[in-house]
This record gives sequence, structure tokens and C-alpha cells, in this order.
Amino acid sequence: MPIFDFLRAESNRHTASSAGQVVPDSARCVQCGICTYNCPIGIDVRRYAWAGEAVVNSRCLTCGECIARCPRGVLRFEQTDLFVETAR
Amino acid sequence: MTRYVILGTGVAGVAAAEAIRVDASAEIIMVGDDPHGYYSRPGLAYYLTGEMLEKHLFPFNTKDFAQLKVRYVRGHAKQILRETHQVEIEGAGLLHYDKLLIAVGAQALRLSIPGAELEGVAKLDSMEDARRILQLAKKARRAIVIGGGITALELVEGLVSRNVKVTYLLRGDRYWNNVLDEHESRIIEGRLKEEGVELIFHAEALEISGRKGHIEALRLLDGRTLKCDFVAYAIGIQPRLELAQNAALAMDRGILVNEFLQTNDADIYAAGDVAQIYDPLSGRSVLDSLWGPARLQGFVAGKNMSGGRHAYIKAVPFNVTRLAGLTTTIIGTVGRGRDEDIVGIARGDSETFRALPEALETESNFDVNHLRLVVGQKTLLGAVLMGDQSLSVPLQKMIIASADISSIRPTLLEGKQPIADVLIRFWQEWRQHDSRA
Repeated sequence: MPIFDFLRAESNRHTASSAGQVVPDSARCVQCGICTYNCPIGIDVRRYAWAGEAVVNSRCLTCGECIARCPRGVLRFEQTDLFVETAR
Repeated sequence: MTRYVILGTGVAGVAAAEAIRVDASAEIIMVGDDPHGYYSRPGLAYYLTGEMLEKHLFPFNTKDFAQLKVRYVRGHAKQILRETHQVEIEGAGLLHYDKLLIAVGAQALRLSIPGAELEGVAKLDSMEDARRILQLAKKARRAIVIGGGITALELVEGLVSRNVKVTYLLRGDRYWNNVLDEHESRIIEGRLKEEGVELIFHAEALEISGRKGHIEALRLLDGRTLKCDFVAYAIGIQPRLELAQNAALAMDRGILVNEFLQTNDADIYAAGDVAQIYDPLSGRSVLDSLWGPARLQGFVAGKNMSGGRHAYIKAVPFNVTRLAGLTTTIIGTVGRGRDEDIVGIARGDSETFRALPEALETESNFDVNHLRLVVGQKTLLGAVLMGDQSLSVPLQKMIIASADISSIRPTLLEGKQPIADVLIRFWQEWRQHDSRA
């Protein structure tokens, strides 16, 4: 049962997070780079934060590591409508 | 071709270079004496704790600077010759400019007690300082930290995470007393104690003694002697004003600029920690030492240097930082008076934080989640938020937009309902109707 629960939690997580993207609030960012350093697939999140642009990168897992590690609350998830349409 | 010279390689200078570069033909030269160039100064705190490696603190690589077509001159700017539009660079001669930006920042005030020159006494101002602290921490067993504000805690936390036993000296009876209220100071102090830090209040360092250049002890004014082998301090910063002073530019505590970030010389601009900027909130010119405003000022100065005419409107200052591991947002005016542990201003600080008018305050506390609101007649004037940060963005937006909170003001001040809940409900309503949300 624990294994089953674990798998279920994983699949839920992906379903939930795939309809979102990481969005920065540049005014809070001090370019420390903790986000980039902790990205498991090496996306330079800091660069998006400098530009004030959403992390639009097809490789982004939306794992939330950068959001959790940022010491200044620069990053947050924003829901996108991308998958809402197809779900209907 | 216009030649732009930017003195300083911090965020204000880099932002100015980006703004000027819109003109492809512009010649941009950056001059700086920091051997590491542009890096995240606030990020040094995370370098000290070991959360970050040094090489990751550089937001721009050489390719980025090449793309910006910025020529970098490493050297110390000695003086500005306004008559001939030249800057004298130590070891590199005279450099002509058409437009000049002074963005040389601020520097740590030096500890001036006997023994401050000993090896094993450190400040945290630059990458070099951070490297030195980490080097010293390897051998240190007992450190004493002197000072206040964010930087002093960065030193404490950095040393604790390097397994150095830390004693933190405070001159007064609590931490950061002109920005935090007593309850907030106690939260931070409690967390420091939990980490094993010893706090000594009403402590005035008198002398550091040592042998063969190495520290052995620190003596307090009250006669006590504390054994230690490392002393780190953060007692405030001061804008680097030598250049402006020698060039007879208008200055007060910083270089005075108009809303276009121009000094009293039309071809010379100033931005960042070195500049003193008119604050519509308080009606006077104030110093900030915040990364966000420095970037914006650099950008606006760059735009104006290259032919634009953009007014810089100083916004409500805010900072999100970690105090003793607790994420803390400070917005607007939240305190007043003087902090005995800081001379003037500290990094991550704004003079506006301490311009508290007569206003009512209300607060709520749940364990470490703490919210204090400074309530004006119709608007929120400031807030301190510790722990849970769900309200950080709403508060930032509502305070900056001067949202009219008349409808919830009595409820907030009455204190019968949890103010965080009242505020969240108000925010959800407000954001529907206000485009500034």
C-alpha cells in the first residue's frame, strides 16, 4: 500500500503542476542565483527573474524546487489555461 | 558617438549599461575596483552559510558583457575633472566621458576600537571579505559579532553554519529596535538562542587584544573580558562620497540628485547606494540601501543619460530577507528613532522604514507567524510579516497602491478578529476591482 500511495502522489503532482508555470516578481529578486543553482535540470531561472519573464522552458518540470529555495519569495506558480481547454 | 562612463560595477551600473545599450552606437565603459566585478552582494549571505558556491553568485557571464558591448576598465576612479569631462583612473590615466554615472555604492564603516586592525577581525562588504571570513572560520572556535541590521545576522548565521560558537553583542536591550517592535526583536533573538548563539545586551566593545597579530579576547566597557579568536562586525555603511566631494557635486549624506537622477552637473548622474533621492512619502531626500531600487535607479539614469526624460519616482521601500532563518517582509514605514548598533544606515535598509508618523498599530501572532500592520487614516502605511509569507505580495501591492482600507480599519484596530484573515478577505475583494493589484 505505501508504494501504491507513493505512486499516486507522484502522478497527482504532475497532473496538478503541469498546468502552471513559474513566474518571478523581479522587484524582490537580488540575483543570488539559488534558484538556478537548485534547478535539477539546469534552467537558468535567475535570468528569467532578471528579465521579469515567466520561465517558459519546455524542459521545466514545474517541480517547485526554485520556488521553495528562493529566500525572498520571488517565484510563484501561475496557473495557465493551456490544459484546461483540452480537459473539457 | 557618445561615450558613457559608468563608475561602479554593481547592479545600478549594470542596469544603466543595459538601458544605454538600446543605442547600438553608444560607447560604454564600466570602471570598477572590485576584483570580482558584478556579483550578487546580497547573495554573499548564502555563500557564507554554504547554500551557494562562489561561482554561482555571478548573474552575468563574459558573453553577456560582450553582448552588451561594455568595455571594462579595472581600476580605482581617483577624481572627476568636470571642466575637461575626464575621470582619472589609478594606473590607467585619464578617461574622457560625455555622460558619467556615479554608481560606486557604499562601503562598510570601519570598527575603530583598539585591536580592530588585528588579523581575525572582519567585515562583510564584498566577495573578498566573504572569502576571508570563510578562511578565518576554518580555524576559529569562538567568534564575536558586533553590530546590527541584516548584515550582522548574516555574519552570525554564516559562522554558526560553519560550526563556530558565536557570541552576539548588542549595545541596547534588543535587536534592530528602530525597525522591529519588541515582540519581533524577541522572536529573532529567541531563534538565535535556539541555534546556540549567546546574546549579550548592553554590551559595548572597548578593545580587542591579541598576541602576534592573533585575537585572544575582547574587552567590554563594563570590564568583562570575553575569550575569542574571531571578531566580525557590521555597524553600518556609508556612501562612497570622495569622488563627489572632490568634484564639488551637491551632496548631503549621499550625492543629491533630481528626479531624473542628475546631479547638479548636467552631465553627471548618480544611482544606487551612493545617491540620496527625494522621497515623496516623507518629503525629504533619503538613503536606501536596497537592491531593487538600485537597479531601477541605474536603469532610469541610463535612459536619461542617453537622451530620455524619465522621472524616477521613489516607491514605498520593501525588503524581503531572512532573519535568523525566518523569512521576513518589511514594507513602508514601520519604525522610528535610532538603532544603537548601527551608525546611519545598514545594507538592506531604507531611511523610509524609520519615518513612522503618528499612526496606530495592530498585530497578530501565531507561533512564528507574525504580522504587524501600521494603520493610517485611510491606508496601510507599513507592515512587518514574519514566517508565513502568503500575505507578502498582497501587502506589498496594497501599501504601494495606497489602497483605501477604511471599510476594514475599525475591524483591524479592534483586534477581535484575526487581522490576517480580515486582510486576505479585503485583498480578494480589492484585487477584483483595482488594476494595480
